Amino acid sequence: MISIQNVKKVYSSLKGKVVAVDDVSMEINAGEIFGVIGYSGAGKSTLIRMLNGLEIPTAGSVTVADKQVSQIKGQELRKARQEISMIFQHFNLLWSRTVRENIAFPLEIAGIPKNIRLKRVDELIKLVGLEGREDAYPSQLSGGQKQRVGIARALANNPKVLLCDEATSALDPQTTDSILELLVDINKRLGLTIVLITHEMHVIRKICHRVAVMEDGKVVETGKVLEVFKNPQQKITKRFVSQVTEPEETKETIEHLLERYPQGTVIQLGFVGESAEQPLITNLIRNFEVTVNILQGKISQTQNGSYGTLFIHIDGEASETSKAIDFITSQQVGVEVIKHDK
Amino acid sequence: MINELFPNVKWDKMWEATVETLYMTGISVVATFIIGIILGLLLFLTAKGNIWENAFVNKIISAFVNVFRSIPFIILIVLLIPITKFLLGTMIGENAALPALIVGAAPFYARMVEIGLREIDKGVIEAARSMGAKTSTIIWKVLLPESMPALVSGITVTAIALVGYTAMAGVIGAGGLGNLAYLEGFQRSRSDVTLMATIIILIIVFVIQFIGDVITNKLDKR
Ligand SMILES: Nc1ncnc2c1ncn2[C@@H]1O[C@H](COP(=O)(O)OP(=O)(O)O)[C@@H](O)[C@H]1O
Ligand SMILES: [Mg+2]
Repeated sequence: MISIQNVKKVYSSLKGKVVAVDDVSMEINAGEIFGVIGYSGAGKSTLIRMLNGLEIPTAGSVTVADKQVSQIKGQELRKARQEISMIFQHFNLLWSRTVRENIAFPLEIAGIPKNIRLKRVDELIKLVGLEGREDAYPSQLSGGQKQRVGIARALANNPKVLLCDEATSALDPQTTDSILELLVDINKRLGLTIVLITHEMHVIRKICHRVAVMEDGKVVETGKVLEVFKNPQQKITKRFVSQVTEPEETKETIEHLLERYPQGTVIQLGFVGESAEQPLITNLIRNFEVTVNILQGKISQTQNGSYGTLFIHIDGEASETSKAIDFITSQQVGVEVIKHDK
Repeated sequence: MINELFPNVKWDKMWEATVETLYMTGISVVATFIIGIILGLLLFLTAKGNIWENAFVNKIISAFVNVFRSIPFIILIVLLIPITKFLLGTMIGENAALPALIVGAAPFYARMVEIGLREIDKGVIEAARSMGAKTSTIIWKVLLPESMPALVSGITVTAIALVGYTAMAGVIGAGGLGNLAYLEGFQRSRSDVTLMATIIILIIVFVIQFIGDVITNKLDKR
């Protein structure tokens, strides 16, 4: 659906040249929710803005829904943009228009006659759950409601692709979740391809199928979300992954645990996909002569399975303990024995 | 009673002068509104980083606006005498004041329009572009509606300034309340005529301010 090939974007300013996007290539499939994560200044916005021609690449080519967005201009580009819509961090609604009029705006641009426009707007208002707020002005809405208007507006002309530039970064965690759920719902119901950029791993974890990690204008890692969570390659990716998996203060906690349990073994288990859903602890206690204490842990859901870590303490005969550890390993669960640093 | 307080006021003349002042103000406000918005839009759109970015055009309009904004109005009238004569064939009467009024006020208003447009969130313009809007659509459906409160409060201020300008133009022979106050009031030492003309001008100003505020508040949904 989207093909980005050797794309580069260089900005020239008084202070010199800034390479915002540096030789990026990727393919995004139809119906996929694709995430791009990176810290501020990594070049995410520049990259996503090249997908609808708001920025023209300095080199390389961008094709979206069979249109070569990086080449076309004028009327042809404007037409293409009706199929590649966008939502924004700060919503970018017209404050002079009501909810209904804001959602009708792209339909006016597309030249849809008024009676059809009104019907379509009503459908969209239902789709995003804004019934009863049709005649409110943006200033009378909460952040989450504003983003719902933004989404309805973006869907008005039945686009093939939805671009989301930090669409939840201005929202509180709960509202973020409800907007993300709406995006997943839209993706499933309409088969829309979604590209979203964010600096929050939480967002990637919750809704993306695949993710690309950006640093200094380059894509340093790409893969299925679950794979990346299971096996992050780059340092920056590990940092992002640890944002959502490791409970806070882990290091201190572990040291504390080791002090509290001088006997036995403390083990860190890593669960991925289906392994997260089996009764591992029950099996351990039933089949081996060991006692098991769950110390702490966290399991997270992603779009293609669960992922998480669990710290447990096993005590018993040395031979039984090692058999137990072998058993855990055989269950396709990552095992790491935490040692005393002596 | 009112005739005792204002013994020298001829009400029919006073009324006639009021109508002339309203006429001059009304026509020049409408023309200033249109020309000012066009100039303001051009200033905004040709500025750096904008849709019609063009340093040359921007500099020219900017220089034109700055020059005419800086010339004191009374001098502008004198400077424009030949042009007015050419356009209207006369220097007397309320129409004769119009070119100077418009040339004096439109650049002043153009700057206010530009400031109003610059206050529009860049993101909103970008959102419209991302939906495939043409520049004309952006102007009519984004720029003008989103800046309308600023445009209206700006034209209110300009209209009040224009009432003052009409009075000045009156002294040079363009009719209206300024003309009456000067000829009938000042030159004949009939201060009651001057006072009455002043009161009417104040009322006009208050009414303009009131209407402007009401419309601005009604439009502003932020
Ligand atoms: N219009 C521009 N002119 C000059 N530099 C820019 C422009 N837009 C972005 N940049 C620079 O490009 C780099 C990437 O910016 P951006 O794509 O906004 O990053 P992100 O969205 O990941 O925070 C930054 O260093 C930024 O300063
Ligand atoms: Mg950004």
